[in-house]
Amino acid sequence: MRVVTLTINDQLLSGRDDETILQVAKAHNIQIPTLCQLDGLSTWGGCRLCLVHIHGSDKLSPACVTKVTEGMVVETESERLNKYRHTIVEMLYTEGNHICSVCVSNNNCELQSTAQNLGIDHISLPYLYPSRTVDASHERFVFDPNRCILCTRCVRVCDEIEGAHTWDVAGRGINSHLITDLNEAWGESTSCTSCGKCVEVCPTGSLYEKGKAGGEMVKHAEFLTYIEEMRKNHK
Amino acid sequence: MNNKKTLATVWLDGCSGCHMSILDMDERLLELLTHVDLVYSPLVDNKTFPENVDITLVEGAVSSDEDLHKIKMIREKTKILVSLGDCAVTANVPSMRNPLSVGAILERVSDGSVIRQPADVPLLLANAQPVHNYVKVDVFVPGCPPSANVIHSILMDLLSNRKTNINKITRFGA
Amino acid sequence: MNANNLNNSKAQTIRSNDDLLLCAEREKDRQAQYKQNLFVCMGTACQSCGSTEVLKALSSRIKDLGLEKDYLISPGGCQGNCSQAPLVSVHPQNVLYQNISPQNTNDIIGSLKGSPIKELSCDNQSSFFARQTRIVTEYRGLLNPERIEDYIAVGGFSSLLKVLTQMSPSQVIQEITCSGLRGRGGAGYPTGLKWSTVAKANDSQKYVICNADEGDPGAFMNRNVLEDYPYKILEGMTIAGYAVGANQGYVYVRAEYDVAVKRVENAIKNMQRLALLGNSIGNTSFNFNLEVRVGGGAFVCGEETALIASIEGGRALPSPRPPYPAESGLWGHPTLINNVETYGHIAPIIRNGSQWFANIGTQKSKGTKTFALSGCIKNTGLVEVALGTTLREMIFDIGGGVPEGRKFKAVQTGGPAGGCIPESQLDASIDYESLKSLGSFMGSGGMIVMDDSSCMVDVAKYFMQFCAAESCGKCIPCRVGTVHIYDLLNKITKGEASLEDLSQLESLCDVVQNTSLCGLGQGAPNPVLSTLHFFKDEYIAHIVDHICPAGACGPKGQDLRRPACVL
Ligand SMILES: Cc1cc2nc3c(=O)[nH]c(=O)nc-3n(C[C@H](O)[C@H](O)[C@H](O)COP(=O)(O)O)c2cc1C
Ligand code: SF4
Ligand code: FES
Repeated sequence: MRVVTLTINDQLLSGRDDETILQVAKAHNIQIPTLCQLDGLSTWGGCRLCLVHIHGSDKLSPACVTKVTEGMVVETESERLNKYRHTIVEMLYTEGNHICSVCVSNNNCELQSTAQNLGIDHISLPYLYPSRTVDASHERFVFDPNRCILCTRCVRVCDEIEGAHTWDVAGRGINSHLITDLNEAWGESTSCTSCGKCVEVCPTGSLYEKGKAGGEMVKHAEFLTYIEEMRKNHK
Repeated sequence: MNNKKTLATVWLDGCSGCHMSILDMDERLLELLTHVDLVYSPLVDNKTFPENVDITLVEGAVSSDEDLHKIKMIREKTKILVSLGDCAVTANVPSMRNPLSVGAILERVSDGSVIRQPADVPLLLANAQPVHNYVKVDVFVPGCPPSANVIHSILMDLLSNRKTNINKITRFGA
Repeated sequence: MNANNLNNSKAQTIRSNDDLLLCAEREKDRQAQYKQNLFVCMGTACQSCGSTEVLKALSSRIKDLGLEKDYLISPGGCQGNCSQAPLVSVHPQNVLYQNISPQNTNDIIGSLKGSPIKELSCDNQSSFFARQTRIVTEYRGLLNPERIEDYIAVGGFSSLLKVLTQMSPSQVIQEITCSGLRGRGGAGYPTGLKWSTVAKANDSQKYVICNADEGDPGAFMNRNVLEDYPYKILEGMTIAGYAVGANQGYVYVRAEYDVAVKRVENAIKNMQRLALLGNSIGNTSFNFNLEVRVGGGAFVCGEETALIASIEGGRALPSPRPPYPAESGLWGHPTLINNVETYGHIAPIIRNGSQWFANIGTQKSKGTKTFALSGCIKNTGLVEVALGTTLREMIFDIGGGVPEGRKFKAVQTGGPAGGCIPESQLDASIDYESLKSLGSFMGSGGMIVMDDSSCMVDVAKYFMQFCAAESCGKCIPCRVGTVHIYDLLNKITKGEASLEDLSQLESLCDVVQNTSLCGLGQGAPNPVLSTLHFFKDEYIAHIVDHICPAGACGPKGQDLRRPACVL
């Protein structure tokens, strides 16, 4: 491990060379939008919201996976990045059926707050209105695929932290969707331990506890960082 | 003639909640009416939409052929068209029927007794859609419903040509 | 080959160059026993046109006539002009017969002593053949792809033994670097540089992978090369293993390529039999083994990080690079991944020297490239040309131009990430830089010729549909953006789009191109962008006049919009 100095948005900062741009930015209160990334889980790099400019590179780089290097010059905001982030979030809104007003996670949703922070006040892309069926077969939890943004946090937490690997993604492209076990109803899953970790890490109201009404579902993904810390100390 | 601006409000496929929110401005309505004339609204008794309206607030999604006809006509007669509330902005709850076909919905709500659209009520469009999918919208005010405060500040800003930072004061589902 | 074991074929192994030469001599002697050699093409095109029956008929007829000592009938490799399948060639006369069926058996056998049958002959001196330069497809049609001895007889594995006994790994890399060879998988990354990166990686376990996924629509070069020259590819991989310090290699082939899979598996067995794979190859300390991995056939499986995930047993999902496979690839170890054709160049470069190779091609694009010519063109098939050949030479001299009465409109190169090049640019040379500057892409070598009955919006729509269907779904811009782009193109082809839709289309292409995770999404907008660049008037005609000038989206000159539905 080495300590490096780098520039983010004209600010001279230091970080460790095993840290990502996102980690260093966060530590210095520089906000970069993210959706798939979650502290305590492996990185995924799928949502593309954290893309930033790195001087000298003609391609944009995902801040959540790109490690900092000595002398790196990073720009996290620009008109172009804003357009891209804007469009990507719009794409998510059109891909599913996100009806904030009736959602259990209304006001506690990362998609909603990301849209708000980016200044999105309407969706200019046409909605796709997919037809998706809710799975309420589990005795404690519900999976509403209409609100799923395929960040795969649930897949990763179930596999990496709980060790059950109940969740996975099936299908390709726009037909990608979450499944439990071998595409059986969640309630019939023999691998699910009903630990509820997937519910806590889900950024939207796609996974929630039964009995929660509109706006009542508040998630607590922070437990992950404690687990991570404990596992580190255990080693 | 006075130099007051003209204001209209319309109600398409929505629950009237946005209009309730307008009424919620309470005593501020009186102050507002010193700046504008309310020329058309479900709240006033004018049957025809007048020409050259300065500001029109639209509540509700475009769901039927009648909504579509209305909004096109209103757009032509309005200078600043405001999508008020999530139904107008995103089609919100009315859009929850969109993954299903119109036929399936009629069958469901009528217990199977109606399978074709009746001729004497407005024809449902295949999808309930946001207003901006059909006509140009100038201002978007998300919220379900946007609060009286939000509506008030939007209107005051519009009347004094100020730009509102909408996302600071409201959001989808607010 | 140990001289004592000469007669005991089971125990023969090749441990030295002398063994190799001996084996080659024996094979040449064997072939020389025959008056004539007949090769029946067993490529996929010929097989599907019935060449297996032709081979059977010829063999049994020769047997019935008691002539099996005079004539050797062998399954052979693809001749390239697949549109005339099935093909049979006769040597040493070098006669090529086309469109052969079992009914022609007697005529062909009857003619062997006399002069060739005019009506069945195909002019193999025509510019289709004469204008090609063959490195990867050298000895086209003349090797029985099943027999390792056929390959050895024409100098096969001499490069491997030369490398193992006379060159250090860094000398091999130096030679490849000097040759100027660039990756044939699409992007043209310098091969020597990639090899040296893997060689430098500090790990005791490294891997070599051959990318034979080939998922582009219209492309069949890699299939063809693997089917016909499996030994050449495996020799290239083994040399690569030596150069980068790997002891294990994988050939990743899509399951649909069953002939290729069988040939490669057979080739691996034969190499193992002769000790050209395994431990102490060539009596040196170099150990190397090869295995085939069969992929499910998704386009994205060809993307290197997805391919690696697939070999590891996971879903074929790309992951962000860096880290590149050269640093952390298969099971986290440094991994060299190259295209089939890239490996196909290795043995010839070692054999003939880097200078020889560097003299072919252009300043920055050296050597040859195979192309799958298809679409509206007289001679479809597989061709290998020197880089720097112009598109015009390719299409009109080699391909014979578009059939009578049709008019050339555009050529599509680079597959789903490529673009359409119009007539005005046909004098451009075929090399990495020039195609890129035309908004297209070398890709793996698909080349689809289109005439004036093709609508460029429709073509863009076709490729977008392909990309949307093949998107792995991991990243949002590709998963959702390709669908929106497709929907907009569809709207345009129906005459229902507005000019705002056109600017939304352009804007979405920008987003998908610049924010997608892997090359699939990044390249997906290319067919749209390139047709927008060269054929914008066609887009405008659909949008403003509601007509399709080519008559592909609806009857020529007629309004494309569906009459409003009367309820
Ligand atoms: C969607 C996608 C599909 C690809 N398919 C192939 C393929 O079928 N064959 C191939 O060799 N390379 C393919 N590539 C390129 C590989 O990722 C990789 O760059 C290549 O195998 C490297 O070999 P080279 O250096 O010899 O060109 C593909 C890339 C992308 C993004
Ligand atoms: S660009 Fe497409 S294929 Fe590549 S990772 Fe993203 S979704 Fe998958
Ligand atoms: S947070 Fe980096 S790609 Fe999603």
